[in-house]
Amino acid sequence: MGAGHGHRLYVPGDSPVHRLPAQCKLLAVLCFAIVVVATPRERFWAFGVYALLLVAVAAVARIPPGHIPRRMVIEVPFVLFAFLIPVIGLGERTTVLGLSLSVPGLWAAWNILAKATLGVVASILLATTSEPRAVLLGAQRLRVPGLLVQIAMFMLRYLDVILDEMRRMRIARESRGFEARNFRQIPVIARSAGALFIRSYERGERVHLAMLSRGYTGQMPIIQKMSASAGQWGAALALPLAALAVWGLSL
Amino acid sequence: MHVPDGFFNAAVSISAGAVAAAGVAVCLRGAKRELDDRTAPMAGLVAAFIFAVQMLNFPVAGGTSGHLLGGALAAILVGPYTGVLCMTVVLLVQALFFADGGLTALGVNIFLMGIVTVLVGWGVFRLITRLAGGRGGITVAAFVASLLSVPASALAFTALFWIGGTAPIDLAAVAVAMGGVHVLIGIGEALITALTVGAVLAVRPDLVYGARGIARPLELRGADGTSTVTPQEQADPAPSVGSRPFVFGALGLTLLLAGVVSFFASGDPDGLEAVGEEQGFLSQAGDHLFGTWSLADYGDVGGIPVGIAGIIGVGLTLLVAGALGYAARSKDKTRV
Repeated sequence: MGAGHGHRLYVPGDSPVHRLPAQCKLLAVLCFAIVVVATPRERFWAFGVYALLLVAVAAVARIPPGHIPRRMVIEVPFVLFAFLIPVIGLGERTTVLGLSLSVPGLWAAWNILAKATLGVVASILLATTSEPRAVLLGAQRLRVPGLLVQIAMFMLRYLDVILDEMRRMRIARESRGFEARNFRQIPVIARSAGALFIRSYERGERVHLAMLSRGYTGQMPIIQKMSASAGQWGAALALPLAALAVWGLSL
Repeated sequence: MHVPDGFFNAAVSISAGAVAAAGVAVCLRGAKRELDDRTAPMAGLVAAFIFAVQMLNFPVAGGTSGHLLGGALAAILVGPYTGVLCMTVVLLVQALFFADGGLTALGVNIFLMGIVTVLVGWGVFRLITRLAGGRGGITVAAFVASLLSVPASALAFTALFWIGGTAPIDLAAVAVAMGGVHVLIGIGEALITALTVGAVLAVRPDLVYGARGIARPLELRGADGTSTVTPQEQADPAPSVGSRPFVFGALGLTLLLAGVVSFFASGDPDGLEAVGEEQGFLSQAGDHLFGTWSLADYGDVGGIPVGIAGIIGVGLTLLVAGALGYAARSKDKTRV
């Protein structure tokens, strides 16, 4: 159970990574994650090289230092879980700093920490360098069902409106002296959630009618060019291919 | 609760992805029936609502706070199919734009937090509202449904972890710990879900999908004492409720099948491995046979046998899902 998501990751820029079409980057990150997950955990140096590859991408994308470490907070709940595994794990045990730890548990914790961290950093790089709308259009080009992509687009488009509505309701509650301190305050929060649902639903109905009156037929027109050249595919897939080469060497 | 990359082995990730894809495909068809041509804007706005509500922290006990998963709430408010779609989109957006939840674990996350919570939540909700009708029944049903949906999701996580997790942990201990913690979270979720549904029910009962049956028909009373009962406008969705348990039962069967298949699919090569080890080290045979089976401590995840097993699992799942989709479609046509 992590905290909520306050802000999006996208940072506008004009680096070679920013300019790549989103579908190339999406596929590259997915392939990279698969290669990382498939790497045997005993190959320490391979994970080091993967990390260096990601650092190189971040450098090419000219992402300000500190941006990525700050956003990695999202991983914290599972890091805690990973630290627990050696303590509660089974199998042969060893003593480290006076603690009796399970050896397979230590391996598992290292496995999860390394792979999850690499995956999170790769996802952050994708989200930082690609405009959300472009990522969804890229997903559509990669054969994700159009309806699903449309739903996600509506969600992104109205997310800030709904969040602002929620913020206004919170300010209204707080200006009347409300503070959620114990479970007896839950009914107030639940009523806010109910009101928020009604507002969202009714807004959805209005949006739908407005779109119908502008000629909506169930398809969103795509006005920007989304095709990718072979060179762009090659540039994007250089990351997973390099990772694949490292994986092949490590076997 | 978002599972990151590297938590599950490749076979389970792929199998869960196939199950999630099949479930989402069924729900895309079903949601069109629930919302007709309004699907995209309505589901998008409801997904934004779920996302916002997940940020709404409520106090639990002892100064800690939790937040909603929202699966049961979505199912009760907008229907199970749209509910699964909304949860899927929320998870998709969180993975793509907030780096929360791994891309290779997206299938696992959709399965655990989208499909399981909605299926369990909606199933329990339907069961109780059938036994006890009326507004009170709906509130109680919402409470129990969301109370059970959270630990069910946690136990499904434990089961997946047992099948193909990458860490050796005593299953019973994990099940008890995960179940226990999530029952506590479930109580908070249940309270807030029931009260939210109640609040919406009090203002706009027509918006609550789970309360469609209880709306009373409009009664027109004339000045001379005559009264006419107008036929209900929402009479036509009623027959489709009849086929819903069937479709969901079939979906549940698919999930079970896929789970069992993927268990055997990922278990068999390791059984072979264990036999190999047995022949190599006869003295440790007993220990190792059990160890490699239950602990899922396999060094090479990317080996060929597991890959083939994964493909077999995917193929079977797709076959079952395809048959299911075909059955659902032909039913559709006979009804229209």
